[in-house]
Amino acid sequence: MRIGLFATCLGDTLFPDAVRATALLLARLGHEVVFPPEQTCCGQMHVNTGYQREPVPLVRNFAETFRDASLDAVVMPSGSCAGSVRHQHGIVAERYGDAALRSAVAEVGAKTYELSELLVDVLGVTDVGAYFPHRVTYHPTCHSLRMLRVGDKPLRLLRAVEGIDLVELEQADSCCGFGGTFALKNAGTSAAMLEDKMRHVRATGADVCTAGDSSCLMHIGGGLSRIKAGTRTLHLAQILAATRTAPHALTEAAR
Amino acid sequence: MSRAGTPQSTNTFLGMPARPPRVPYGEGNLRGEQAFPRAAAGELRNEQLRRNLGRATGTIRGKRIAVTAELPDWEELRDAGAAIKTDALARLPELLEELERRVTERGGTVHWARDGAEANEIVTRLVRATGSDEVIKVKSMATQEIGLNEHLEQAGITPWETDLAELIVQLGHDRPSHILVPAIHRNRDEIREIFLREIPGVDPGLDAVPEHLAAAARAYLREKFMTTRVAVSGANFGIAETGTLGVVESEGNGRMCLTLPETLITVMGIEKVLPRHQDLEVFLQLLPRSSTGERMNPYTSLWTGVTEGDGPQDFHLVLLDNGRTAALADSVGRQALNCIRCSACLNVCPVYERVGGHAYGSTYPGPIGAVLTPQLAGMHAAADDPNSSLPYASTLCGACYDACPVKIDIPSLLVELRHQKTEETGRSAERLAMRAAAAVMGRPRLWTAAQRTARLGRAVAGRDGTIGRLPRPLSGWSDTRDTPAPPAQTFRDWFASAEGAAALREAAREGERRSADGPAHGDDQQEDQ
Repeated sequence: MRIGLFATCLGDTLFPDAVRATALLLARLGHEVVFPPEQTCCGQMHVNTGYQREPVPLVRNFAETFRDASLDAVVMPSGSCAGSVRHQHGIVAERYGDAALRSAVAEVGAKTYELSELLVDVLGVTDVGAYFPHRVTYHPTCHSLRMLRVGDKPLRLLRAVEGIDLVELEQADSCCGFGGTFALKNAGTSAAMLEDKMRHVRATGADVCTAGDSSCLMHIGGGLSRIKAGTRTLHLAQILAATRTAPHALTEAAR
Repeated sequence: MSRAGTPQSTNTFLGMPARPPRVPYGEGNLRGEQAFPRAAAGELRNEQLRRNLGRATGTIRGKRIAVTAELPDWEELRDAGAAIKTDALARLPELLEELERRVTERGGTVHWARDGAEANEIVTRLVRATGSDEVIKVKSMATQEIGLNEHLEQAGITPWETDLAELIVQLGHDRPSHILVPAIHRNRDEIREIFLREIPGVDPGLDAVPEHLAAAARAYLREKFMTTRVAVSGANFGIAETGTLGVVESEGNGRMCLTLPETLITVMGIEKVLPRHQDLEVFLQLLPRSSTGERMNPYTSLWTGVTEGDGPQDFHLVLLDNGRTAALADSVGRQALNCIRCSACLNVCPVYERVGGHAYGSTYPGPIGAVLTPQLAGMHAAADDPNSSLPYASTLCGACYDACPVKIDIPSLLVELRHQKTEETGRSAERLAMRAAAAVMGRPRLWTAAQRTARLGRAVAGRDGTIGRLPRPLSGWSDTRDTPAPPAQTFRDWFASAEGAAALREAAREGERRSADGPAHGDDQQEDQ
């Protein structure tokens, strides 16, 4: 398949390893990865903070960039950005866009997937041939879980990884407290939620806490780093992209 | 709405659409004194509160999941509940007038109250007319919302709360912290102290065993039930078709209040109307399972007007608007009126679990409160209005939506209310920042340049590649979290580089080698079963 890759603004700038892993994984599975350089940001931060006029150019840019009929699908290593594209772009277009934007948004939204959805639902794989001999725990990010309903797809992908020791995270489905600007506007509550999430992560004894969203991992990882917990965070794509021949290439760079 | 909502603004002119009134500023209990983050800060420091809340919500959460999972048609029930409420709200004026007709036919009296002040006056007048200087009360969110107890006290009438948890709050001179479990923030030792201090003639040797505490409250309340001639209740449902009112509860105190006194006054929010008696089938399954995690609540009381020689001989129904038509006028926000006050959303909310109900400053705390309160009472343009901070008291994690028995899409409502808030606020530093960010992110070339600038962040990073403490407004973030420094190369630069192209070619070749060597990918269906 010819797959358009949306790096997300955060991934492109701060977490390129997660996006690189996504690209290499898809290439390894035999797909053509296309990166349209016109892409920028999905506008999730704007909409979630209460601004729907401001992100109109972002929504338009996304739709125009990925509408390309030669792309069979659009993928992004972020559940919340996929949720934004699929659910929020329509709201913005409905309110402040024209008919052309509304139809472009609907068209692109219908072929937009978060990574685990693309792999399991569209490409039909759960064993991607990864090798990752570490103890790993998985945090199912809220937007993947409840906005996209990815269900256990990420776990099915992880269970098929060779050498992995996958351990269950207590209260896995409770929010880590990031919530975009929530972490700034309600810093105290966010920190209290993070504290509990970190306690559960540490209790697993895992070397790595993984998730499908770099923003949640930035939050959890930032907290773990501050308390020098020794557990690192890695994007799901980085585990799925790791192989016997290149076990560390995609995981060490993130440190 | 024909009667409950008439435009009050003096700034209206001909041709302008009439906007239903919201709750006046400073009246009732729909606005706190502090914005949410500040109010939450105080609560977050209370370790005992967090332990009490964590334990209690965790227990109810577990019970709810068990009893909802055992119903094969739970999802259909939720759909039915949402459909019935949506239909009722779509023809609210018609149903309320039908309810009024039926109640009147059966010997009751219906009063219409535009806001809390009117409702309080009506109730006070009715109590005075009986000659009584005290009332017994069934736990009621509507009367909490309008501050009826405070109003009655000012008029020299003593209200006695008869729900155990509500009694604990009243005796503790405290505010409720939860819709269903108002004293959720109190543990048994605190309750024992309150009883010892406040109940006249209580056994001084009272211990903190729950049964003993309940027995002490029971003895105290029994006397009130036997001697008080007027009761005030809320209503979980009002059936238009028959004029029947309904209250569900667990302790039997409600049943006592609804049957023993001579006069019964019910204050009901207008959104509580249901079209048909048959609709109770749906809600009497949804409500107890969602709220207390029980298959059925112990007491369901239904009454229709007055019945000679049986129960109260004088019945009044006060239909309360208090901002509800304003919410109804909002095509997105009106969903919040579907709420049946089960509190399932509070019990699953990670924010509520950390800060408790007081931080929301309203009778309605938690996720539903964060969408209902600003709609009933408005978010005033003044930036310091506490209600303007409520839509932001959520990470939009969506747990509330999944738990809601009538499928109110609370996260989407929060996003909508945030939008309304920023639209009302007009120009602000935040809006300028958002606009600037959008201006850059809307143009690929500017964005790439901005990414280069962001890499300057590497200069402030420590040797471990992370950025520590940052100045305001980022300090809230950086006080407890490190931030990774931007890597030297963005993804787009890597993808465009020769190195990137080579790595992708190599990955593709590796994939080809593997599929030539062994079983192809995509053959793992068996493993999934």
